[in-house]
Amino acid sequence: MVVVFAERDGDQVKKSSLEAMAFGQDLAQNTSSTCVGVVIGGEVKTDLGKHGANKVVVVTGEALSTFTPEGYSAALHMACKHVGASTVVIPSTYSGKSIAPKLAVKLNASLTTGLVELPDTDGGFTVKKSCFSNKAFTKVSVNNSNKVLGLIPNSYEAKPYSLTAETETLNFEGSVQTKSLEIDKVQGKIPLTEAELVVSAGRGMKGPENWTQIEELAEILGAATACSKPVADMDWRPHNEHVGQTGITIKPNLYMAIGISGAIQHLAGVSSSKVICVINTDPEAPFFKVADYGIVGDAFEVLPKLIARARQLKAN
Amino acid sequence: MNILVCVSAVPDTTTKITFVDNNTKFNSEGVQFIINPYDELALTKALELTEAQGGEVVVVTVGEATTEPIIRKALAIGAHKAIRVNTKAMDGMHVAKAIASAIEGQSFDLVMTGRESIDYNGGQVAGLLSELLGFGLINVVTEISVDGNSIVATRDIDGGRETVSCPMPCVVSAQKDLCEPRIPNMRGIMQARSKPMEVVEYDQEYNDVTYESYELPAAKGGVKLIDASNAEELIDLLRTEKKLF
Repeated sequence: MVVVFAERDGDQVKKSSLEAMAFGQDLAQNTSSTCVGVVIGGEVKTDLGKHGANKVVVVTGEALSTFTPEGYSAALHMACKHVGASTVVIPSTYSGKSIAPKLAVKLNASLTTGLVELPDTDGGFTVKKSCFSNKAFTKVSVNNSNKVLGLIPNSYEAKPYSLTAETETLNFEGSVQTKSLEIDKVQGKIPLTEAELVVSAGRGMKGPENWTQIEELAEILGAATACSKPVADMDWRPHNEHVGQTGITIKPNLYMAIGISGAIQHLAGVSSSKVICVINTDPEAPFFKVADYGIVGDAFEVLPKLIARARQLKAN
Repeated sequence: MNILVCVSAVPDTTTKITFVDNNTKFNSEGVQFIINPYDELALTKALELTEAQGGEVVVVTVGEATTEPIIRKALAIGAHKAIRVNTKAMDGMHVAKAIASAIEGQSFDLVMTGRESIDYNGGQVAGLLSELLGFGLINVVTEISVDGNSIVATRDIDGGRETVSCPMPCVVSAQKDLCEPRIPNMRGIMQARSKPMEVVEYDQEYNDVTYESYELPAAKGGVKLIDASNAEELIDLLRTEKKLF
């Protein structure tokens, strides 16, 4: 049995979990198994049968009102035991990364994370995972019959299935010691880790006061904003916007880099983005080597044109 | 309070990654190994906490003798003693089990790791150790303080931050922003030579994973250049060719 952790965002299932659902269903089909989606802490409106689940298990309980690694991993373990899971797919989000290791120990399972495609199950079980901060991939045979797999968001496509998934509800009676004291979410902005489109800028912007244009372009496109390490180090931008090897690693559909030369550490964090656009005054900037589209030019001349054109298109 | 900090040796961030033996092994020739940058933050914060609260910082590394330079560096930064678990690290699970075995019988109030290593990027060891040791877990932490018998820490979540409280003993993984890494001074480097480094054997069989091969990402097909005077075309191409918006 393949179990997929379907992470909730209110009463919806997150996109990264819908990708994991499709991954789980396709893996189940390749291994003559079925796929169960597990939702923790409350019901969801999302019909998981339409996303690849043969069955849905909802685990509820007082201790699951907010996310804690101990509560959620114990609840997921309970669901896994209940359905007889041998393989568990967990999207590598902040929550997913906190519960996957704990679940692997509870299930006596192997733990392989950073997966970017469906495992090769022809005669064995070989996964392809990202390593060296996206600078390379490795193929790893997994020899344990119980497996916990971590899937990188935006690596596998969510797609429609026409399955009818019945829902079973389990009650979790355990308690947790970790307490959530405060949650501080930036309102009205797209979280960088979940963004499909990202507009990012570096030292070429000359100063933090010039970010209004970056934010304007991002807002029109519906993109998140990001930045390079020097810019975060100089406090022009908050650290949680820093993408790269020692910042956040992202894999959006579009990464637009403005005034970033493309140091190897920066490229490591963004090079698996599906489309990369680079705008830089220096035609020799290393970033152009990994770009799909490039403009050699000054950000302050190029940005107003991009903003005007994007605004015009969005208005139509 | 006594704190265990798990550190690993990783290739310097500027390393150009290549492979040998028909792409089955990482080519470590000429590669400079450093303390994993996130582990360095964990170590610095652990020192700050013990300086304020009293207690000792022990660093542990799972690896062969080649990892000793980074252990000495951790001692030079200020750790009080070190443990090297003498085995070739296979993956996060192997490392976590080796650490749990090496510290059996010792008591720590807090275990700190980096949020991930920059070589295999699993981000697994903190969570695995919390489960193996039966400790609480706060992952990807940017602020930490001690409140009585609990740790209060702020962790990254999608689109924001969450502050949580967890009774000790617990495991915390360090994210950028937690502190500025400390650079060893001459006195620290001299002292590091005489600080205790215990080598612990770990020969539990481990067969969960076999690394079959490595590959580099496929080369890009080349950049399509757009003239700056006609920059609007970029937006058009992203819309028509790539259907991004």
